[in-house]
Amino acid sequence: MCSHYRENGGAAGQRGSAAKHLSVLLIVLALSGCKREERDFHGLPAGGTITNPKVREVPFVAGGSVPADSRPGPYEENAYAVSQGKTLYNQFNCSGCHFQGGGGIGPPLMDADWIYGSRPENIYETIAEGRPNGMPSFGRKIVPDQIWQIAAYVRSMSGLLRKDVAPGRDDAMQVRPQEQSTQKAKPVQSGIPKSAELP
Amino acid sequence: MPLTLASTLVQQAHTSLNPASPQVRLVDQLGTAMFVTAAVVCLLVFAALLWAALRRRSGAEPVADGRQERPMKTAVLLATGVTTVILFVFLIFDVSVGRSITTNPGNDALQIRVTGHQWWWEVQYRDSLPKNWATTANEIHVPVGRPVVFELRSTDVIHSFWPPNLSPKRDQIPGNENSLWFQADSAGVYRGQCAEFCGHQHAKMAFLVVAEPADQFEGWLARQRDTAQTPTDSLARRGKDVFMAASCVMCHAISGTSAGSRIGPDLTHLASRRTLAAGTLPNTRENLTGWIVDPQAIKPGVKMPPNQLSGPELLALVAYLETLK
Repeated sequence: MCSHYRENGGAAGQRGSAAKHLSVLLIVLALSGCKREERDFHGLPAGGTITNPKVREVPFVAGGSVPADSRPGPYEENAYAVSQGKTLYNQFNCSGCHFQGGGGIGPPLMDADWIYGSRPENIYETIAEGRPNGMPSFGRKIVPDQIWQIAAYVRSMSGLLRKDVAPGRDDAMQVRPQEQSTQKAKPVQSGIPKSAELP
Repeated sequence: MPLTLASTLVQQAHTSLNPASPQVRLVDQLGTAMFVTAAVVCLLVFAALLWAALRRRSGAEPVADGRQERPMKTAVLLATGVTTVILFVFLIFDVSVGRSITTNPGNDALQIRVTGHQWWWEVQYRDSLPKNWATTANEIHVPVGRPVVFELRSTDVIHSFWPPNLSPKRDQIPGNENSLWFQADSAGVYRGQCAEFCGHQHAKMAFLVVAEPADQFEGWLARQRDTAQTPTDSLARRGKDVFMAASCVMCHAISGTSAGSRIGPDLTHLASRRTLAAGTLPNTRENLTGWIVDPQAIKPGVKMPPNQLSGPELLALVAYLETLK
């Protein structure tokens, strides 16, 4: 095809080689996108026991302690895992308290404020161990792999994930702007709000 | 009799060539008629070709006065006429079959709601009284000789409901409700399969249709409406505690207990079912244990995660699940 263009003169030949370059570029882009879509169905080894099954007492400090699972956010760049996290967020009824990120019974998740830290391991810790004033502990009820997926999704709600990793559509009717088009918020360590302090 | 054996196997395997309902019988007749007609036409065409290729020609050059063309013209006109007639006969046959399998089944029909999920089937027997609803999964029991209307839904992507011995296929579309009905003629266990590609484990999304005599069916339905038995022996009791404390409870429901999630299949009468994981494995103790520990090894991509339970916990859990008859 390119040689055909070349026979017909300079401008067309230019166009042909441009098309060639473009297609090479597209292939490279497509291949680099593959990692983003990688589906690891065996995130965890089968069998065995959870290393730290007991609920630990959580220090009431922002930023918190080291989570039982020490992988630092394994799904931060995996669009498939984040979309799974989004599905689980609704199925496990996180939305029952945090709504679609705007907060209600629980604090909002789509703003820049973080009481216990915005790093993936902080969010993992929050889900696994629970937090005072209402956040239950799910450490025994949700397998670590799925907690990481939910944690990654929670980060996407305030734009902390790459745009091409954050979800672009909802499973049901759309109720909020897509995570993909959320402006990246600059996380602020807000500490425990006055209203939530223990008397 | 080898033929009988073969046909039994085929019937169990899942085929539309061995009809077990009036609906599939009609479609089968239409299919057979089309096949036989097409085969005869095909043979005739080949015979004509052979005749044309092999017939002895007269030595002389063909005369271009059109006299020799006349018998040919008649033959071509005749063939065109016969083809048109055949096609019209099939058009009428086809429309009449379509009409017969979609007639109103009447008020006596049993209603079953089948919801497609990635990658299993939720089956719900409804009633005017909600307390009489029975929910199960991947195994549909129907009474022989009574029309059964299926309300077909989906919660995620498009699936397609297809037990080939009993019914033509019909799509299950999210946000839309489709329906079809059939009537099983004879008792038996028939296999069905999702017939619309729906993701990773589309191939392992099967179900069984168990057609049984009416009284047997009513007995089965009454048992399915019951809440789960409370375990009596200590191992099973401990297993129940494991179930309620571990990740099982996040997705599965067992009626009569505090487990009420509708994300995965209802396990109230798990032990009464013939298969596990939507027709993937026979429901045995070994398979169930293996499935709980590592479903991803058996059905990669399935929504159930590998579960991290200790040996004694697993043993107790399986003992409890086996009491759910």
